[in-house]
Amino acid sequence: MATLFQGLPSSTAFSSSNKFNHAPAPTSFSERKSSIVTVRSDARWSPVLNSATHKPQRLITNAVATKADSSLASTSSKPGHELLLFEALREGLEEEMERDPCVCVMGEDVGHYGGSYKVTKGLATKFGDLRVLDTPIAENSFTGMGIGAAMTGLRPIIEGMNMGFLLLAFNQISNNCGMLHYTSGGQFKIPVVIRGPGGVGRQLGAEHSQRLESYFQSIPGIQMVACSTPYNAKGLMKAAIRSENPVILFEHVLLYNLKDRIPDEEYVLSLEEAEMVRPGEHVTILTYSRMRYHVMQAAKTLVNKGYDPEVIDIRSLKPFDLHTIGKSVKKTHRVLIVEECMRTGGIGASLTAAITENFNDDLDAPIVCLSSQDVPTPYAGTLEEWTVVQPAQIVTAVEQLCQ
Amino acid sequence: MSLSATKFVHPITAPPSTRSSDKPLFSTFFGSNHTKLRFNKPIVAAQRRSSSAASTSSPVVAVSDVVKEKKLKSASNLLITKEEGLVLYEDMILGRFFEDMCAQMYYRGKMFGFVHLYNGQEAVSTGFIKFLKKEDYVVSTYRDHVHALSKGVPAREVMSELFGKATGCCRGQGGSMHMFSKQHNLLGGFAFIGEGIPVATGAAFSSKYRREVLKEPGADEVTLAFFGDGTCNNGQFYECLNMAALWKLPIVFVVENNLWAIGMSHLRATSDPQIWKKGPAFGMPGIHVDGMDVLKVREVAKEAIERARRGEGPTLVECETYRFRGHSLADPDELRDPAEKAHYAGRDPITALKKYLFDNKLASEQELKAIDKKIEELLDEAVEFADESPLPPRSQLLENVFADPKGFGIGPDGKYRCEDPKFTQGTAHV
Repeated sequence: MATLFQGLPSSTAFSSSNKFNHAPAPTSFSERKSSIVTVRSDARWSPVLNSATHKPQRLITNAVATKADSSLASTSSKPGHELLLFEALREGLEEEMERDPCVCVMGEDVGHYGGSYKVTKGLATKFGDLRVLDTPIAENSFTGMGIGAAMTGLRPIIEGMNMGFLLLAFNQISNNCGMLHYTSGGQFKIPVVIRGPGGVGRQLGAEHSQRLESYFQSIPGIQMVACSTPYNAKGLMKAAIRSENPVILFEHVLLYNLKDRIPDEEYVLSLEEAEMVRPGEHVTILTYSRMRYHVMQAAKTLVNKGYDPEVIDIRSLKPFDLHTIGKSVKKTHRVLIVEECMRTGGIGASLTAAITENFNDDLDAPIVCLSSQDVPTPYAGTLEEWTVVQPAQIVTAVEQLCQ
Repeated sequence: MSLSATKFVHPITAPPSTRSSDKPLFSTFFGSNHTKLRFNKPIVAAQRRSSSAASTSSPVVAVSDVVKEKKLKSASNLLITKEEGLVLYEDMILGRFFEDMCAQMYYRGKMFGFVHLYNGQEAVSTGFIKFLKKEDYVVSTYRDHVHALSKGVPAREVMSELFGKATGCCRGQGGSMHMFSKQHNLLGGFAFIGEGIPVATGAAFSSKYRREVLKEPGADEVTLAFFGDGTCNNGQFYECLNMAALWKLPIVFVVENNLWAIGMSHLRATSDPQIWKKGPAFGMPGIHVDGMDVLKVREVAKEAIERARRGEGPTLVECETYRFRGHSLADPDELRDPAEKAHYAGRDPITALKKYLFDNKLASEQELKAIDKKIEELLDEAVEFADESPLPPRSQLLENVFADPKGFGIGPDGKYRCEDPKFTQGTAHV
């Protein structure tokens, strides 16, 4: 397993003697309990940071969290605190802004309005209008402005009110964000975080329901991560801000109200690692973002039918964590990819290629990739439902794959 | 040289011809700060030759209540000292000779691709950049060699970069259109027009942030954004004018209006060709200046840069200038009227400065020739250095893709890919 040191200068050797202890992942589904790994936190920046990894996750029973998950009792005697996903993002953001005065936010309605999904609520009052900057509606230019600010020493977080709006900033993201470190011969770094909600929501219409991860994945020089739970949202936000690379953090419109319990202690996750959601033996299901919940709902059905799926939330859309994925493929020999991207040229397509290239000998069956239909997301609720992958389709696919 | 007092009549809007009797003392004096309007039509030879020594242009003042008419202040009535004059001369000669050397090297097959030369526009680069401190930022376009040189990037590093060698300022990875220097605060070098303006706005924002949020004393870096007339029809230009004026960012937008965007004449592309007018529409002063006259540019630059440094906000400066060569070395330059080219060749900024220095006894022929020789030697040395420098090795291929190479991810064996010493040679694996 790779050692996980956040933000070390790249010249530091990675040595196994620096491994830290983490709770072993439960080996069977029935033994799962929600345990929280205590992470030693260091309030100041130091070369050695401990980060939690492979925290055994509770089974999330809802496909989409629209109400608080009350199936697992959260008593006040449990460690950590409960919050919603957007609050977790805000917490991570606020902690990083307190820690480093060069961290700033810019975007439309992030300041006085508090963010259209309330991720930056209260931050402008606390940090001032210049640190939480309300920009005019000029995505291409304020993204470029963020990049220029990053080149000259700041660490901006650029919010796209909806990920789809970042299409207007594609020029800056592709040409400047991704490329400037390289074309300048390594002289300038661009430690920006570009974040925003994307994905198919509730009848938001085609243009507000876009999945930009497929468009950005070819850009060399950027990293892409997708958060799916309050725990990994906060951890990935912090990791993205601390990273010296430009990172695009994909959030999902329907996941902002997910409630979960997260540690009180400070923790930072790895940007390059995938998350084991549910270990299993029969089939590897790779997913990310909202589809994780559809997969987990399908997993309930599958377990009742006697299957034992292994669910991995890949989290890192670029680069792929081929180690976690590979280990799983070598164990189960069957892969199902469930994603919300379009069929053509999506993350699933790249992942299929990567797995086939690297682990072809370990596969007993061709990889099955379930993606959204290649259609502009329709407004009508019924049509919209058929655009994205539903749990029933996942169950069918697993049954077919495991024959 | 012929006075830059030629008037072109525009059919649509005639200039308010105030031939004021209270002309500044040195109305025919090279370097006096007449802001005048130029309306461009295909030049008719007769019209051009009608300029006479006695006539002056009708002064049209920039439309802004912030810009005041500048009176010549120095007691000696000269705009520069001898030292300053020599510095300006050397910088312009460096720019000119360097670009000529580039052309030579290109045709000898030492550099490839798109190379855009700056001949004729040296007054803008020298006039502005020589007023900057080292900490100030410059953002340019693909026509960036001379901006890099004026900002202080050594000629050998620029030449090396053009040759694609590992000793270039960007390790050979950027090329002609992507000159960067962290040491000299040159933030590029951008291939798409307009792309650099938001980056410049960001650098100015950074400066303001350091002053107001981080409370760093003396954080008053100014950013200069250079771009052309074609860019002034691009959305990023307007978006950044808005943001810079809104937040009073310490930035100066310098338009190098050389009338041509490859083969598209500025007049054919722009509904209102007077670019300086667009400044006041956003709440900042808009100034038009003769960009073939380095002293005039200097005066305007001084005011704009000091305004920005004081925290009063951005300025839009339109410099009327001209490129003597084609858009790039691949451009046959057949569209432009030879008479237009001849006219501007007669307004060569280097010739003009030379004349000023001689006329005012600031420098002698020998001194200037010595500078010429010095620059020639410098450039010969730069070419030699570039020739002898090594080409980038394969191991350099992926070195600078990420600032933190962990971004290449974790390989199937569980180790980060960057732990493999050979990974920078390229794996094309995800």
